[in-house]
Amino acid sequence: MAEKVTLIMFSGDMDKALAAFNVAIGATSMGMEVSMFFTFWGLNLLKRNEGPIKSRGIMRKMLNFMNRGGAKRLPLSRFHMFGLGKWMMGRLMRESKSPSPQELLILAHESGVKFMACTTSMGIMGISKEALISEVDSFAGVATYLAEAKEGRINLFV
Amino acid sequence: MKADVTLDCVGLYCPMPIHNTAKSLKELKPGQVLEVLASDEGIKTDAPAWCKATGNELLGIEEAGGEYRVYIRKSK
Repeated sequence: MAEKVTLIMFSGDMDKALAAFNVAIGATSMGMEVSMFFTFWGLNLLKRNEGPIKSRGIMRKMLNFMNRGGAKRLPLSRFHMFGLGKWMMGRLMRESKSPSPQELLILAHESGVKFMACTTSMGIMGISKEALISEVDSFAGVATYLAEAKEGRINLFV
Repeated sequence: MKADVTLDCVGLYCPMPIHNTAKSLKELKPGQVLEVLASDEGIKTDAPAWCKATGNELLGIEEAGGEYRVYIRKSK
């Protein structure tokens, strides 16, 4: 049976997402089974890039307006500088022929990485299934993650 | 060294060289040799690690002018 790797994607930062997708794609290339469990700010990676994120209630509306998300909109964890830092990092990466978070996400999914979205975070933050991209394989809770992680020797929190 | 297929990963960074290597090797038959060209120095340790983990045979790594030629024989 193939070895299992799981990653908890808690952060919605671009640089952390790059590192995590890198590990995930590397693992699939070595024949491992990979699951990524997206929770809290990590759900921003799975939000659609286009259109508004609809939610109910003034606080959730505000949250999803200020915390729009989408793989193309992730901030850098350091030196974001209102987007200037991110722009520069993006340029350096393009010059280095390095894939963007959006491209890595698609590549990871095509390589067989399973995407799980945390239903608790979605409920609390007012994120509907329609707000997320179609690459999400399942909607689940902590027990689903732990059942997977129990079988894996490489379990990372990002 | 003689290879059946050559894969160009020059200018590419992690995880692309090993991702592309895995993809290319899938197309080969057991016993065939894949040549990977790379410029990221990480390939020097990544290629042996990848081969060990996947059970393929690393025939050798040649280094010239900041570029690497990696030879991998598909085992199964």
